[in-house]
Amino acid sequence: MKKTYKIDVDCANCANKMEVAANNTAGVKEATVSFMTLKMKVEFDEGADPAAVMEEVRKNCKKVESDCEIFL
Amino acid sequence: MNKKQKRNLIRILIAAVMFIALYFIPVTGVPRFILYLAVYLEVGYDILWKAIKGIKNRQPLDENLLMALATIGAIALALYEKSGDYAEAIAVMLFYQIGEWFQSYAVGKSRKNISALMDIAPDYANIEDENGQLEPVDPDDIEIGTVIVIEPGERVPIDGVVISGTSSLNTSALTGESVPRDVAEGDEVISGCINLNGVLRVRTTKEFGESTASKVLELIEDASSRKSQSENFISRFARIYTPVVVISALVLAIIPPLFLLLTGQVPAWETWIYRALIFLVISCPCALVVSIPLSFFAGIGGASRHGVLVKGSNYLEVLSETKTVVFDKTGTLTKGVFEVTAIHPDHVDEHHLLHMAAHAERYSKHPIANSLRLAYPDEADDCTVEDVEEIAGHGITARVNGDVIGVGNSKLMEKLGAEWHNCHKPGTILHVAINGTYAGHIVISDVIKPNSKEAIERLKKNGVEQTVMLTGDAKQVAENVGKELNLDRVYSELLPQDKVAHVEQLLQEKKSEKARVAFVGDGINDAPVLSRSDIGIAMGALGSDAAIEAADIVLMDDDPLKISTAVKISRKCLRIVKENIWFAIGVKVACLILGAFGVANMWFAIFADVGVMVLAVLNAIRCMFIKP
Repeated sequence: MKKTYKIDVDCANCANKMEVAANNTAGVKEATVSFMTLKMKVEFDEGADPAAVMEEVRKNCKKVESDCEIFL
Repeated sequence: MNKKQKRNLIRILIAAVMFIALYFIPVTGVPRFILYLAVYLEVGYDILWKAIKGIKNRQPLDENLLMALATIGAIALALYEKSGDYAEAIAVMLFYQIGEWFQSYAVGKSRKNISALMDIAPDYANIEDENGQLEPVDPDDIEIGTVIVIEPGERVPIDGVVISGTSSLNTSALTGESVPRDVAEGDEVISGCINLNGVLRVRTTKEFGESTASKVLELIEDASSRKSQSENFISRFARIYTPVVVISALVLAIIPPLFLLLTGQVPAWETWIYRALIFLVISCPCALVVSIPLSFFAGIGGASRHGVLVKGSNYLEVLSETKTVVFDKTGTLTKGVFEVTAIHPDHVDEHHLLHMAAHAERYSKHPIANSLRLAYPDEADDCTVEDVEEIAGHGITARVNGDVIGVGNSKLMEKLGAEWHNCHKPGTILHVAINGTYAGHIVISDVIKPNSKEAIERLKKNGVEQTVMLTGDAKQVAENVGKELNLDRVYSELLPQDKVAHVEQLLQEKKSEKARVAFVGDGINDAPVLSRSDIGIAMGALGSDAAIEAADIVLMDDDPLKISTAVKISRKCLRIVKENIWFAIGVKVACLILGAFGVANMWFAIFADVGVMVLAVLNAIRCMFIKP
């Protein structure tokens, strides 16, 4: 399953860091962050619960870039 | 400017004024330190705060932390050396903030510009209530088959068919074409076009989300998620750049002084630590990272303005490497409709021949009859047309003003006993006999689009080495088109699967992986070829979902010049991307080397760093304004 989320982040490198952090979260098959459109596209693993996974993704992203936000 | 940007700008300005004022205030000792510290905190408190969070989250390579380390280090050195030179640390913080602010402003601005460019889907649609009053409603709520009203000056919100009214539509937001398109009852209208003069009542044929404008927007929005190799290279580079620079800084701070100490010389710890701090100042790869996606985003936005939809940054990159362009003939290089291309009369004049032939075909529904009527628009005159007889496989005979006219192929001529002769021109030959005597022939063929030749020339100018045409048409017709357009290779009489085979062969012939093969077709029945080639371009795709689906690049109308426009934009955009990559990396490396040898100081480092970023961002924005 694929879902797109709006995000807010100030710098391009931070967006890259978020992408790495999201990809390293359990339940995420693939995540891409577009800094220009401020969107995160997440493909979830089969059987994963998107809401729960996204909470984790947000937590992990906040760790690498405290100033970011993912609108769930 | 948004709120945050405004606040930061004010903060930067205040800090700058305080900073300059301090330069003229002759205080020394502790008061001097306190004053400078105040400015430092004013301009950098958020970075210090984020640095603390970075420590808490165990992110040692957080750029805020590194910036904080560099500046606090510089202040500490100034204290230790009792030089009172705190200006450097503040300058670093100040310029770093200016850089961040500029980046955020420029990116926000281009985001806005590009979305304005793509603001083609209106947020309401008019429906009529019982009293005939117009009521604007959310287009999402409109079901297929609803009648909507589009007033002059409004955008068409949803695809549909005109049920009453006539008007001209400005399609430029979708096609880049400035000539308006006339529509009347029964014509299809496409969302995103602007209604110029008449009121149109339209029965919708699609839902809002499935309509052209929404689809186009979705496509461009998605495009930046498909990242190019350049973007991936830069994010990989950024991931190793920071750790490498930080480790180098550590090495620089420890190894040389230790070496000096061991060899019995003065270790000069301050000098080496200072040089290490310079490294930290340029450890943030942000300048580099922001300019690349910005270039692609601007390039894709700029291309959409010219009616070229690029479905991903990666496709823009591949298109720029195209060395071979393969064309489908019909509908791509030629119009795909049949037109009278030559009239060769015997004994009678041209006008009379066409006149008689058009009358004979008056009641025919055959495409050839349409072409004749197009060539002779005054067909509906007061001549008498009677006794029309269609002879299957031969043609038509009719009595026009009393004369017996026969129009058809050579078999009909033989049947009528007219002595016919063939034509040197390619196409369908329509022989005409008047009262059993041969009167000449009319040639009907598919015509080359007016811009095809120029498009091929421009492609060659933009670095395309080989042009190839594939067609199911007869050899003679194909070779003629090939010669006319100066194509390098022409393959004719192909079945659809043969086209795939030919493209595969061209892919194998490639001199290198990067000599890409592009295929251009109308997207209707060449989906397999579009997906097999390195990059598939569908043209004339306005309103054709299948083509938009199958292709990597979509040309909104069927003007072949769009192909060369797309290639040109891609090349320019990629050149800008490469300039930015090498320029930014080059300056960073130069700074590191100069810093390590003590040539550059912190001022120099931060100036270079912010300067590169500003230049790279400005350069990236140029991608939006590439002229076709």
